[in-house]
Amino acid sequence: MSHFTPEHHQFRRVVREFVEQEINPHVEEWEAAQMMPLHDVFGKMGELGFLGLEYEPEYGGGGADHFFTVVFAEEIGRADHGGIGMATGVQVDMATPSLAKFGTPEQKERFLAPALRGEMVTSIAVTEPDAGSDVAAIRTRAVRDGDEWVINGSKMYITNALQADWMCLLARTSEEGGYEGMSQIIVPTDVPGFEVSRKLDKLGMRASDTGLLTFTDMRVPVENTLGTEGMGFQQQMAQFVIERMWANYSSVGGAERAIRRTADYLRERQVFGKPLIKQQYIQFKLAELTAEVEALKQLNYATAASYQRGGDPTRLATISKWKAGKVTREVADWVLQFHGGIGYMEETWTARYLRDNRLISIGGGADEVMLQVLARMDGLA
Amino acid sequence: MKVAVCVKQIPDPASDYSLDPATHNLVRPAEQVLDDTDRYGVEMALQIAEQHEGSVTLVSMGPSGNLQGIRQALAMGADKAVLVDDEELKGSDSLTTAKVLAAAIAREEYDLVIAGTESTDGYSGIVPQQVAALLGIPSLTYATQVDTDGSSVSIRRQTAAGYDEVSASTPVLVSVTAGVVEPRYPTFKGIMQAKQKPVDTVTAGDLGVEASPGQAIRSVQPAPAREAGEKVVDEGEAHLQVVAALEQAKVV
Repeated sequence: MSHFTPEHHQFRRVVREFVEQEINPHVEEWEAAQMMPLHDVFGKMGELGFLGLEYEPEYGGGGADHFFTVVFAEEIGRADHGGIGMATGVQVDMATPSLAKFGTPEQKERFLAPALRGEMVTSIAVTEPDAGSDVAAIRTRAVRDGDEWVINGSKMYITNALQADWMCLLARTSEEGGYEGMSQIIVPTDVPGFEVSRKLDKLGMRASDTGLLTFTDMRVPVENTLGTEGMGFQQQMAQFVIERMWANYSSVGGAERAIRRTADYLRERQVFGKPLIKQQYIQFKLAELTAEVEALKQLNYATAASYQRGGDPTRLATISKWKAGKVTREVADWVLQFHGGIGYMEETWTARYLRDNRLISIGGGADEVMLQVLARMDGLA
Repeated sequence: MKVAVCVKQIPDPASDYSLDPATHNLVRPAEQVLDDTDRYGVEMALQIAEQHEGSVTLVSMGPSGNLQGIRQALAMGADKAVLVDDEELKGSDSLTTAKVLAAAIAREEYDLVIAGTESTDGYSGIVPQQVAALLGIPSLTYATQVDTDGSSVSIRRQTAAGYDEVSASTPVLVSVTAGVVEPRYPTFKGIMQAKQKPVDTVTAGDLGVEASPGQAIRSVQPAPAREAGEKVVDEGEAHLQVVAALEQAKVV
């Protein structure tokens, strides 16, 4: 049974055209500048309803089914660089789901609605210099002073950090250790004590700005707390699962396009008097990669279908996140290899594709963490 | 202001096509797209309808398929569509096409008819003028700019030398060039609303038009392979040869 209606196909065509006309022509400039004008790009996406697909119409969302998000992520994944996919993923599926699920009407009016319109850029602030996949090790602390939280600490590898208008922060709000006593707090980035102390220089995803943040006696109203105080870790874990699904979907779009572009190149490229694609070894390798990507895609669709039915997508999303990292690294390596010398040149798309996709196995929960989650879920640990 | 727009669903130009071995007509898959050149007409119509509190009706002829091309134009914002889908009209020549479109338009209330200059799959380039003649209204063609106060329409008509300014009172037909306006992207909301919008599918008989294609294709030959161009080696005089070649091609 197909998960896609004619409306999904229409939407796919629109997003594909948007990427080709509004994103790709700017990629070289954005990569060189190590920055994208997110308010501008998100503003355009917001007008078209891209940023609020599944969110409540009351706050400007589309009330769409989850497969519209699948289509959106797959198509953004086809862009000429990974940065826009990551920045958009943060906006729609990483920083905002907890707010939509646990936020009060006032919080949603103030922070969600402008994010869905693309007027506010958002960020998710969980990882710290000493706590990445091990979220329970975070140290950023919010101490209550009257109606305000006074927050001290730092956050690392924060996507959209330099442009964000607000962040969904995870901080310790009580003395309990481990998974207890954390809360999610919406932090407007114009509050005193908020500082981007360093813009980080990355191997790939270069157009996407990433920062190290420092909070020094940063004051945020207690009313900005999301959901239940002390339940931040549990709320964030649910948000992480949705984040992973986005990464998995967009990986497929990028990998499919990479294989197709490479096959097109190999049809043109003459070696020893015939097109390179006539080599059986190359045909088989491209077929293998195609099979891997298709397997990932079908796993994604199974995850999406389960999520849509209201099931817990954690196990399938975990497996496909691990698989997405493996598959994209393999695809990126082989498409560069089959381009030969020119594939290693920065001017060829394969170089950036390799750099950008190396992140999938690390960001949003490293491969090893995915395996740990799966081992625990299946009683192997 | 009531605007009728001629649009066409065509096979996706990005995918392979085939010809029917018996009739030599283009095989039209169920999945078709809105002809790219029609998006300019739809956008123009929407802008005019928005400025003059009007409505936009799409008029089309061809196999319905799954209506994706029509829905695309509805998703941009058009209000409804009339589609003439008749097996007997397959492979119609431009005059038959014009008769059918004119009959479909005549059933609607309209002040303005907009069409692209030519379709991407047919390329006859004469259907808009024929439609206007059959409707008995003036036609303003090759518009690169369109202005209207609601009762008359003036355009810049593209010419080899620049443009002419021409105008006519409504009702009038305008054919627009690609680039007359920038077509909008359908919004997510527009896409979802499009499936609820009325699409009236009729046959030639319903319109009182004789369903006969008016032409038959006897044979089709592949276009000759492109020959290599002439190479000019620059020994100080190449620019003269290039200019001479351009003059011969009547480009300069």
